Amino acid sequence: MTDADRTFFEQEITGLLDRLYGTALRLAKNRADAEDLVAETVTRAWANLHTLHDRHCFRGWLFRILTNTFLSECRKTETTSIEALAEAHGETDEEPAFSLFDQLHQPFLLWWGNPEQEFLNKVLRQDLQKAVEALPEVFRVPVILADLQGLSYQEIAAALDVPLGTVRSRLNRARSLLQKALWQHAQEAGLKPSPSADESLFHASQTGEHHERH
Amino acid sequence: MSDIKEIGCEEALRHLFEYLDRELDTTRHAEMEQHLHTCRACYSRAEFEKRLKGRLGALGTEQAPPEFSQRIKGLLRRF
Repeated sequence: MTDADRTFFEQEITGLLDRLYGTALRLAKNRADAEDLVAETVTRAWANLHTLHDRHCFRGWLFRILTNTFLSECRKTETTSIEALAEAHGETDEEPAFSLFDQLHQPFLLWWGNPEQEFLNKVLRQDLQKAVEALPEVFRVPVILADLQGLSYQEIAAALDVPLGTVRSRLNRARSLLQKALWQHAQEAGLKPSPSADESLFHASQTGEHHERH
Repeated sequence: MSDIKEIGCEEALRHLFEYLDRELDTTRHAEMEQHLHTCRACYSRAEFEKRLKGRLGALGTEQAPPEFSQRIKGLLRRF
């Protein structure tokens, strides 16, 4: 490797570190494992930089290494196959998808403004984070790859070594579970429309907590 | 591109996530766009799902703790 390779690599890793760390946290669900995952990813990427022919693809290539590293570690510790896990979590269920949008538009709920906009304004980053991290791994990983990393279905299929149809069905199931979790949280947090136009349309339960919007 | 046909709400909602994920072929994408331009309900739903997807996307970035940044810098120096 040349000095130019090293400079390129350092600049790319430094620029992507927050994104690598954030994605690793969502995958590993704890800080220590996420940090080790990123360190291992950076090490593997450096060792294999010579195999990357188009440097414009560095980001996608790096995040595939991150994902593969995570999945390799999972396979070492997991005694049940991913297909069995998927089935256990209802991947093959015919249960209709849960829609947060439909829940927000139930006829008995009265809103002053736009319910879905108000919901999104009030749902906190930590709520989304908890909902993603609560997903079973078989569904969490595809959602992370699609929505956090922006990979195509083809890329996800390659990363997970599953057919395209499986990617679609797992993503649908994952999104349904995610939206169900967000709705349940909204109900537990006591989010509800307020009768006064001067108050914010959402207010927390009587604990008087003040949430920072994100 | 094949002729664009008019699609109904059921079909539009069935392919909504593929549309938002940019996984539809050109013709199907155009059919979705046409439907969303004319159907307020489906448009609202698509906008909601798009915003939710955007909020999820933001979870992929988190500021690396300073000591961890130093760890990675140390690793890079050792290569």
